[in-house]
Amino acid sequence: MAGMKIRASMAGDVAEIKALMNHVMETGLRKDAKTGEIVPAHHITNVTATVGGKVVLDAQWGGGISKNPYLAFKVKGAKAGDKVVIETLDNKGEKDSAEADIG
Amino acid sequence: MNEQRRSILKGAGAASVVTVAAAAGLLKPGTVWAAGWNKAAFEAKDMAGALSSEGASGGADSGQITVKAPDIAENGAVVPVEVISAIPGTEHIIILAEKNGFPLIADFGLQNGAEGYVSTRIKMGATSNVVAVVKAGGKVYKAAKEVKVTIGGCGG
Repeated sequence: MAGMKIRASMAGDVAEIKALMNHVMETGLRKDAKTGEIVPAHHITNVTATVGGKVVLDAQWGGGISKNPYLAFKVKGAKAGDKVVIETLDNKGEKDSAEADIG
Repeated sequence: MNEQRRSILKGAGAASVVTVAAAAGLLKPGTVWAAGWNKAAFEAKDMAGALSSEGASGGADSGQITVKAPDIAENGAVVPVEVISAIPGTEHIIILAEKNGFPLIADFGLQNGAEGYVSTRIKMGATSNVVAVVKAGGKVYKAAKEVKVTIGGCGG
């Protein structure tokens, strides 16, 4: 599930951080069209973002976030050059992470 | 969830155990999933149950929360949703789709300068309200926007 991409840029004194993740985000409610069987849940459950080593966002997700999730958020007081790290964990224990410097 | 971690957290003096584990390099710094996952809330079948499990019931309608989403979503599998909270000290933004099989979509905890803003894409099974619930200063606020869904995005 690796392959998260982050873009972070300053707009005034606020950093806007955008991330695109790779994940199937199965809810556990969907039936396979051919077999008619329920497709087991497989989705990101936790997302943590740090800027300059401080946690700024700590999210819990269900399967209702769309496949290949998009997330954007804004952080005041960050500055160009600060490192952004985003980590994800899914319900099967699979992790992904990516980092970028604020441009 | 990681069963070993669960049992560690259940033990007495959990904080010191975690600290020791971190010092021993068992936990990579920044990879401590402090909040866990609120299974009861995410698996609740109705919005009231989800909000109750989130400790976010009884929110007052607030004009300081803006929910941006399309009036009509042709594809319920990908509905862009942006929530802006102008409420000072916004600590959590919670997003729900009222008529989804599991209404709770996400809970975003915000701190250390993170503004009252999140933008993402959600699935909607049917036409319904997208509800944003904000926790700030020990109080709960909410706002909603209806999205008409042409083709549901939760399969079935």
